[in-house]
Amino acid sequence: MAEEKKLFKVTIDNITTEVEPGTTILMAARKIGGDIVPPTMCYYSKLQNTGGYCRTCLVKVTAGSTADPRPMPKLVASCRTAVMDGMVVENITNPAVLEARKGVVEFLLINHPLDCPVCDQAGECDLQDLSYEHGTEGTRSEFRRRTFERIDIGPYIQLHMTRCILCYRCVHTANQVAGSREHGVLDRGDHAQIATYIQQSLESPMIGNVIDVCPVGALTDRTFRFKNRVWFTKPMDAHRDCPHCKGSVRLWLRGDDVLRVTARKDQWGEVEDWICNECRFEKKKVSDWVIEGPTQLNRHSVINAGHYTNAAKPTEFLKEVMNGHAPRLLLDIHTVSGVNMVDLNDLPGPATGATFNGNPNAFGHNPTDVKEGVGRNMAGTDSTNPNTP
Amino acid sequence: MGRKLLLEKAGIENIRQYDVYRQNGGYSAQEKAYKMAPADIIEEVKKSGLRGRGGAGFPTGLKWSFLAKPEGVPRYLVCNADESEPGTFKDRYLMEFLPHLFIEGLAISSYALGANTCYIYIRGEYAWIPDILEQAIAEARNAGFLGKNILGTGFDLEIYVQRGAGAYICGEETALLESLEGKRGNPRIKPPFPAVKGLWGCPTVVNNVETLAAVVPIINIGGEEYAKIGIGKSTGTKLISACGNINKPGVYEIDMTISVEEFLYSDEYCGGIPNGKRLKACIPGGSSVPIVPANLLLKTAKGEKRMMTYESLADGGFQTGTMMGSGGFIVLDEDQCVVRHTLTLARFYRHESCGQCSPCREGTGWMEKILQNIEYGKGKMSDIDLLWDIQSKIEGNTICPLGDAAAWPVAAAIRHFRDEFEWHVLNPEESQKRNFGLAHYADPLEVSVA
Repeated sequence: MAEEKKLFKVTIDNITTEVEPGTTILMAARKIGGDIVPPTMCYYSKLQNTGGYCRTCLVKVTAGSTADPRPMPKLVASCRTAVMDGMVVENITNPAVLEARKGVVEFLLINHPLDCPVCDQAGECDLQDLSYEHGTEGTRSEFRRRTFERIDIGPYIQLHMTRCILCYRCVHTANQVAGSREHGVLDRGDHAQIATYIQQSLESPMIGNVIDVCPVGALTDRTFRFKNRVWFTKPMDAHRDCPHCKGSVRLWLRGDDVLRVTARKDQWGEVEDWICNECRFEKKKVSDWVIEGPTQLNRHSVINAGHYTNAAKPTEFLKEVMNGHAPRLLLDIHTVSGVNMVDLNDLPGPATGATFNGNPNAFGHNPTDVKEGVGRNMAGTDSTNPNTP
Repeated sequence: MGRKLLLEKAGIENIRQYDVYRQNGGYSAQEKAYKMAPADIIEEVKKSGLRGRGGAGFPTGLKWSFLAKPEGVPRYLVCNADESEPGTFKDRYLMEFLPHLFIEGLAISSYALGANTCYIYIRGEYAWIPDILEQAIAEARNAGFLGKNILGTGFDLEIYVQRGAGAYICGEETALLESLEGKRGNPRIKPPFPAVKGLWGCPTVVNNVETLAAVVPIINIGGEEYAKIGIGKSTGTKLISACGNINKPGVYEIDMTISVEEFLYSDEYCGGIPNGKRLKACIPGGSSVPIVPANLLLKTAKGEKRMMTYESLADGGFQTGTMMGSGGFIVLDEDQCVVRHTLTLARFYRHESCGQCSPCREGTGWMEKILQNIEYGKGKMSDIDLLWDIQSKIEGNTICPLGDAAAWPVAAAIRHFRDEFEWHVLNPEESQKRNFGLAHYADPLEVSVA
């Protein structure tokens, strides 16, 4: 008979759970779920040795364990601190934790531009969520943010260091998933930057995953950049028989266009299965995929806006109040305007996936999307907004 | 005249050479120690009450006893000679003028810890010292005090000198280990501590140069005798590197029974302040420890003399909030500007932050910019409160103590010298006029909001 494992009892924000020894405070909190789960910007459970850098997941340990109930003197990073039996942790119930987290948000936003309206990551940005939930409405910094030139690191990925918060996730992904160390951190302190060795490109067949792990808009998919806003696209789960990866992906559709392909993410925003570059960047037709159905997203997510899977019709009450008479139709504006007859792909901009790689004169074409050489395009910028820093 | 243990032989001509060191009693402590059991040496160090001389002041014997001893796994002793704390230069003196004392300390400590390999991680800027150390190591090996089967005990020891590339953060023990392994010098997240998982994942003790050198007199005179020197838990002697506005800058060995006043004004030590100027403030333990104004430095709250001890300088955090640190005694006379000094320190810590964790990476730069504005008459009164708030958000929230080291000087300067910060804000024209020959600093970073 197998020996029964001893579980550790841990209490987080007055909720007690039991976890296996070696579990971190963060993972114990995730087991409980809800608001008591500390936010993370650098930790990624699917990668090894991540976490501890961003300090957003700091918590207060008010009792170390049953054997040694002394509190820990400082706030600790919940993602890298293992639980002890009888540990008591305070997260959102401790004002010092919330104050420290507010400070971290402010620090992260000192150099991160507030260009959400033009950023490709808007709508699925961890920093955006963090600042809404744990930040303040304004910054006290009056200094100019640091800026960098955008660099196309390889044919598929663009690095915009201006937005980088140095979470190291992409570096760990390149080391552990892509199988080769193709980039890293240069310099130190507030002048540190993610970079390749003398502007080389990232060419590993799995390197596209760095885009998915990036919590902000620093690493973006060049085949999707500024094609659309995520909340205008419809995410669908799909798969294909891929020789390199599981081929289990999420398609981001607009009409019949596959604008973007990403890995599927779990409820913590972490990739479930890494996908290869071929699935991510090459397969942009619906016919390449077996569609499984609409992606189930959190109903509070902005991406979920307008994507109804179980539409409930309102109760018909007019007949009831009009004593059984049907209301008289004065004007059917849909018939008159023909608004439902418009094919969105025919509208001039925003651009679609077809226009990016195809004929620049096609409908939906946006002239700033036409690539010419590396890192530059006809308009001198690949942003739809030429004022983007 | 204070008792000398470390610098006892410092005045002897050619003491750097093995023969001279040996003729003057050198390596006798190693001979004595190698006849003892390793556990007895650790016990002796515990009895001595020796506290780590690198800055933290953790009891050395206790630290050694934490070292994990798994079977079949090597243990390492790493000497932290990356003496990068501004104002601290005592280890340089030891390594440069008494290399054999240092090597003897390493040999005894390695034997006590069961470490067959010892690394000296020395800061890159000490470019000439590795040669001195390597020569001393070669001489000691030739004499049979290093290498295979030392003194017939069956114990083998090799000492390697590794030069750092010149990063302050590599003085933090886990960053030092990363650098030693050939990686970027970023601090590791603790736990696990080096005593369990250190260099190459093996149990490792990291000690400062002065700490390891102090093991020699401890073995020579015995732990109990060593503990009798000093006051309370501040036992033994301590090297102090004194600099700033004093008549006699240099490295002094004190026996931690003298007062701060005596150390500062007596001819034996600092010799007072030049030109008869008054004392304004002092940073008693290297640039990272809080600055103390004159009135708190010389007397305690009870009106007694403040002593040059760990406890008296720390004062329980009640009055001074400072500490002995690494022993870098920096004196400021009445003409010095605390705001400018704080800006200089902030600039240093901003530049040396490794950039791993966001409060330190972003906060140090932010503090420097605000201080720069205040110093050059472009600051606002609210900037002082903002500075205070920023340092409080950095302190204690970072991976390693560099965040604290950056925050404490700013906090202490505002706490004790707020009026000077306010003067800069209220007298912008006079602030802008001041130029201490640092013209290249006179272009504050651009402010985007008026």
